[in-house]
Amino acid sequence: MDTKMNIQPASVFPKGYSRRKRRSQTVAFAVFRVLSLFIVLILFAILGFIIWKGAGVLSWDFLTKAPSDGMTSGGIFPAIVGTLLLMLGSAAVAFPIGIMSGVYMNEYASKTGWAVKFIRLMTNNLSGVPSIVFGLFGMALFVKYLGFGDSIIAGSLTLGLLSLPLVIRTTEEALKDIPDGIREGSLALGATKLQTIWKVVLPMGMPRIITGLILSLGRVSGETAPILFTCAAYFFPQLPTSVFDQCMALPYHLYVISTSGTDIEAQQPIAYGTALVLILIVLIISLVAGFLRRYFEKRLKIK
Amino acid sequence: MKRFLERAVKWLLTASGFVTSLVILLIIAFLFAEGAGLFSERVIEDGYVLALNRENTVKELSAAEIKAVFDEDVTNWNELGGPDMAIETFRLEDADDYFTEEQLGPQYENAGSLIAALVESRPGMIAFIPESMLPEDPSLNFIKDKTISPGEVLAGSEWFPTATPAPLFGIWPLLAGTLWVSLFAILFALPFGISIAVYMAEVASGRVRNILKPIIELLNGIPSVVYGFFGLIVIVPLLQQVFGLPVGESGLAGSIVLAIMALPTIVTVAEDAMRNCPRSLREASLALGATKWQTISRVVIPASMSGIASGVVLGIGRAIGETMAVLMVTGNAAVVPTSILEPLRTIPATIAAELGEAPAGGAHYQSLFLLGVILFFITFIINLCVEYISSRSKAKYN
Repeated sequence: MDTKMNIQPASVFPKGYSRRKRRSQTVAFAVFRVLSLFIVLILFAILGFIIWKGAGVLSWDFLTKAPSDGMTSGGIFPAIVGTLLLMLGSAAVAFPIGIMSGVYMNEYASKTGWAVKFIRLMTNNLSGVPSIVFGLFGMALFVKYLGFGDSIIAGSLTLGLLSLPLVIRTTEEALKDIPDGIREGSLALGATKLQTIWKVVLPMGMPRIITGLILSLGRVSGETAPILFTCAAYFFPQLPTSVFDQCMALPYHLYVISTSGTDIEAQQPIAYGTALVLILIVLIISLVAGFLRRYFEKRLKIK
Repeated sequence: MKRFLERAVKWLLTASGFVTSLVILLIIAFLFAEGAGLFSERVIEDGYVLALNRENTVKELSAAEIKAVFDEDVTNWNELGGPDMAIETFRLEDADDYFTEEQLGPQYENAGSLIAALVESRPGMIAFIPESMLPEDPSLNFIKDKTISPGEVLAGSEWFPTATPAPLFGIWPLLAGTLWVSLFAILFALPFGISIAVYMAEVASGRVRNILKPIIELLNGIPSVVYGFFGLIVIVPLLQQVFGLPVGESGLAGSIVLAIMALPTIVTVAEDAMRNCPRSLREASLALGATKWQTISRVVIPASMSGIASGVVLGIGRAIGETMAVLMVTGNAAVVPTSILEPLRTIPATIAAELGEAPAGGAHYQSLFLLGVILFFITFIINLCVEYISSRSKAKYN
């Protein structure tokens, strides 16, 4: 993978270099190093701050109780459940369509035809559409036009469409790296195209597809703008009983509680706790994805 | 049977291939359908009229003029092309100042004729009253009610969607706020983004790179609302202290948060571009005796310029569309910004903050969808630019 060549280390110069050249390189590289270090510091500042302030709030009760006393005490259980439901729901929308679309792009469509170019352009455009526009769209189509109301199903559909480009791209990337020889081998043995895809191509691409899917779940878990008007409830302490119920969600909960609460002082600890749980979800997801990536890579190498 | 299945699956896959295109079309259709409705709405609130005395020759007022009249920023009719008379405004709430409760009647049933008589007797008065209240054939003049014009919306410099009698939907303050914040965000992010990308692609050892890569990914994965929260709790008070501001929520706070959020996009795309720079170019430069830094600055960076540019443009797109973080830290004042230290408001933040309160189907609601259309097209154009830039860079080396 690593195509970067090993040129001489930065500090070693051939004899003929002038002082000025050496100095400008040393300075430039030092600047790069400092700026890169700075970004690491920013990340640790954000994570550290939220973990530091939130860790004290986190408790079993906080994770398993509903909010109480006008959201000034109690836990965030309904919001956790709501976020998990939305992740599941959006996965149910985006995964099948996204994977099928990716398979079409890589296996069926002609690589140089207009269809691939057009679809890729549209997919890239869709991935650039701001999340608030998805929120507006979801409200107009699912909540109003199809009459779902503010509901988990409307939220899931909106979030599903939002994560669709990511799923498609992941699938495409995964399938692209499978050598054509393997497909040809399968076809030569008399398998049909569908059999080849189902029994050979997809299983081989699966590890990387799964890694990508998990990452897209992470993105969905933190999205707020798309669910503002399609699903999220300010206060809905009981658990939803059907897909047409509203639900609370962690990111929306954090937004409400940190900007428009009744008692900002008393709510601050809850906000820290909620932010920490959100960060933990993202951390866990990226750790799992990283672990899977390494695990699959090792296994493929052994083969 | 088997062949039928093959064919059915092929159709199914083809169909799902076009889902994203369909979604784009649907987004355009639905946003347009709601947003375009704004231009068939009336300037004056539904069911109300603006009544004038017969002697007043003013026939038409724009929404901005109506607001100026009722805010008492304009106090004489001659400023609006009418006779030289002082303007007196009358709203329904003012009825108690002019009439007793007995005169008005318990159900306000006499209010209409009383107000009509009042306006008839006062040459400079303008009254904002429900049409249904007026007696038949009152001898009054009325301000001609027009539909909201695109010019007033696109070039209007005041965003006041809840103003009565005539709400103002000038998007200029919001557009300016969006561009202003994004511009500064990119200015902050650019030096960092490029340096980190160069460092990761060219300078850092494999081990350092393996540490930096997941950190950048993690930075990309942190939800925007968490950035907003961090900005609200840490950056906003900090700026307030450092610059001695009355409120810390400002465009600067927004740009700092956005800069951090746009960094991963810039770094990832720019780094990819530099790694894809052909090895032969690098080797040729080194073989000619250039130092590593000379090779980077004179060969690698110029050669991967288009990739770097598309990273930056993508970062701008992300900054323009970002909602929650900006909503939480910029203070949301809908005025044309004159300095980055003032509160301002962006298009996405406006939609997020106001859609919940706007009655469905009303002018305010439709205006927010129109903002959505504008936002969609801004990002659409940005994406097309990225496609164009990157297709050019591909053509260069393949």
